[in-house]
Amino acid sequence: MGELAAFIILSALTLIPAVVVVTSGNVVRAAMSLIPSFLGVTGLFVLLGAEFVAGIQILIYAGAIAVLILFVIMLTEGGTGLAIRQLNEQRLPGIVVAGALTIGLVVLVLRTAWPLTAGTLPASNVTAIGTAFLTDFILAFEISSLVLLVSLVGALVIARKEV
Amino acid sequence: MTVGLTHYLVVAALLFGLGLYGILTRRNAVAILMGIELMLNAANINLVAFNRYVAPAAVAGHVFALVVITLAACEAAVGLALVMAVYRNLETIHVDEINLMKW
Repeated sequence: MGELAAFIILSALTLIPAVVVVTSGNVVRAAMSLIPSFLGVTGLFVLLGAEFVAGIQILIYAGAIAVLILFVIMLTEGGTGLAIRQLNEQRLPGIVVAGALTIGLVVLVLRTAWPLTAGTLPASNVTAIGTAFLTDFILAFEISSLVLLVSLVGALVIARKEV
Repeated sequence: MTVGLTHYLVVAALLFGLGLYGILTRRNAVAILMGIELMLNAANINLVAFNRYVAPAAVAGHVFALVVITLAACEAAVGLALVMAVYRNLETIHVDEINLMKW
């Protein structure tokens, strides 16, 4: 019962700010609404027993990405004013496409018989994840570190002023 | 009534739909990136939920959720750098006004 209540509260905390993110006419308000939405997702991770992923989610998403988005909004003045139209002419097609995809996904999820397995997660998440990263998933680990390096160098090159 | 796999999948589907709606209807490039972040979060919920309910002995879902978070950080950095470059050259970040390559 307590788990269900926590799930409902965290889902509302995730979805209601997400509605504000996509509908608000004020871009700064939309960016600030991202933070409670990310925190709600973090709560869902904790509920699923993924404490390490939840910690990284707070550090990267609620910390770094939200701040980065707010910085770019402040640096690109002229796109953020309340008087500026924020939605394009595709509002109705957008609602139709997104709604159809969501309904299709929900129907698919509810009708599929998932191969559920009972069991418990490893007691120490961090140890198990670290071991998995450096044994079974070493290729994904190395490639993601390479992508991180290349994308940060690329971001610096793209964003700097021409000299 | 206990919380099961389908509950998490439905929440993730709703979050994905909201992100897609944001991407399709926003004019501001930064707001489009926010929609992409919401969709990546929905995928992460799916990965961790499947790990918990389908293969609880392994941590593969957690590992790939962490890889997705890493790539989301890369994507945000490069995407926002592109937004800055476009703003410096064209004085706008509204994607329906960026039509230099449109014939």
